[in-house]
Amino acid sequence: MKNHDIVEKNIGILIIFTCVAISFGALVEIVPQFFTQANKEPIAGLKPLGPVELEGRDIYIREGCHVCHTQMIRPLRAEVERYGHYTMAQEDVYEHPFLWGSKRTGPDLDRVGGRYSDEWQRAHLYNPRNVVPESIMPAFPWLFDNVVTGEHTANKMRALRAVGVPYTDEDIANAAKPFAGGKVMEVDALVAYLQQLGTLVKQKR
Amino acid sequence: MSTFWSIWVIVLTLTNLGLVVWVLFANRKVAVSDQNEPENRTTGHVYDGIEEFDNPLPRWWFLLFVFTLVFAAGYLAIYPGLGNFKGLSGWTSHKQLEHRQEKAQEKFSETFGKYETMPIAQIAESREALKMGARIFANNCSVCHGADGGGNYGFPNLTDNYWRWGGTPEKILETIHKGRQGVMPPQEPIIGEEGVKDAAEYVLALSGQEHDAAMAEKGKKIFGTVCMACHGMDGKGNQAIGAPNLTDDIWLYGSSREEIRHTIRNGRHNEMPAQEDKLREDKIRLVAAYVYSLSRQEEVEQ
Repeated sequence: MKNHDIVEKNIGILIIFTCVAISFGALVEIVPQFFTQANKEPIAGLKPLGPVELEGRDIYIREGCHVCHTQMIRPLRAEVERYGHYTMAQEDVYEHPFLWGSKRTGPDLDRVGGRYSDEWQRAHLYNPRNVVPESIMPAFPWLFDNVVTGEHTANKMRALRAVGVPYTDEDIANAAKPFAGGKVMEVDALVAYLQQLGTLVKQKR
Repeated sequence: MSTFWSIWVIVLTLTNLGLVVWVLFANRKVAVSDQNEPENRTTGHVYDGIEEFDNPLPRWWFLLFVFTLVFAAGYLAIYPGLGNFKGLSGWTSHKQLEHRQEKAQEKFSETFGKYETMPIAQIAESREALKMGARIFANNCSVCHGADGGGNYGFPNLTDNYWRWGGTPEKILETIHKGRQGVMPPQEPIIGEEGVKDAAEYVLALSGQEHDAAMAEKGKKIFGTVCMACHGMDGKGNQAIGAPNLTDDIWLYGSSREEIRHTIRNGRHNEMPAQEDKLREDKIRLVAAYVYSLSRQEEVEQ
């Protein structure tokens, strides 16, 4: 092919053609998903996270839980058998950003809510080896000392509302209430967040 | 997917394939034609005296590429790849999952099915069933109750013959199905810090530990008005509400003076999560039989 020369000798044209060639996949697989209404419909009963759970979610992110734990049960038999119903897009419409993760050093947490008691979660976070001797998860003892002040909770809710999470004015006005008196420790917020994960869908394993 | 996006996907996918085909076939032929030297097959590029041939793609490589194109055509016909076109096979990941679950269920029901209705005591007679129960226990229960069922601080030991909520097969099944909420309210607001200390001495006395007799005497009165409602007049507990026996040597939250004071002062709240929405009935019964057998190990032949 003679015209090859033109492309090979002009780096600008080469870059443009390269971009065109590699963009097909994204244009076909990703772009239509943004506009698919079914993915944006929240599942029945889905509510935006309450103030304590919202703070817990931020602690989850801060401590990097999503680096070792996924929140994404794939529709494979063995996985559904172990963790419960596979994850659906409609459960995560209020997630900004989503915490699906991509690496399972620990188990998936998408349906961990209600699976263990609050006391177990606390004991486990304080030092995982106390309840699961062979665990390699790090201990998080400082969560038991740090108080959640809640001073930014209302702003966080406002920010989330700006991207489409339906927080009401009342939600935002009451955002700091649960934290009054400095009684809510970081571990309480994190456990509250964990205990609501994936609880809207029930399926027997 | 709306018609627009369906067409979008179809057009882009086919355009992409078309371009790939075009690039492949456009490279089939030797492009160089030298008017002066018809036999010259080089591109004219010379690097330090090394000339570059303009040969077509090797045949095996070309055929391999053609094969991938044929594969793509077959794939797009059978599987859902082109917008709203479902593919000739009607495959979806959801259907595949259901199909695999059905197949697994058939296999499982041979092994598990018979336990769905079998009485717990009878399941506990079968070594095979207990082995299965032990594995289900390891996967679901051991994180709290320990790999050997020996329990932990705050999580009951299932291998001793002592039960908070009852150890009959029916009670064990009920505990697993519905879960349990063990609540001891904080007593400090009611009996005061002095009362907490006195009551703790009496609890120490009840379990036969070293204690201050004078304080225990005062504690006995407090016990008789406050604690006996759940733990009973004699401190032997009440399995109907999960109030533990205080006269024995089994402690969920420690038996030291400080630990007992802490329990009385701040109360305790413990929960066994309900499993009936989480585990299938046959699995629940197998694990119930295993738990039942744990406490009867002297009776069960090893």
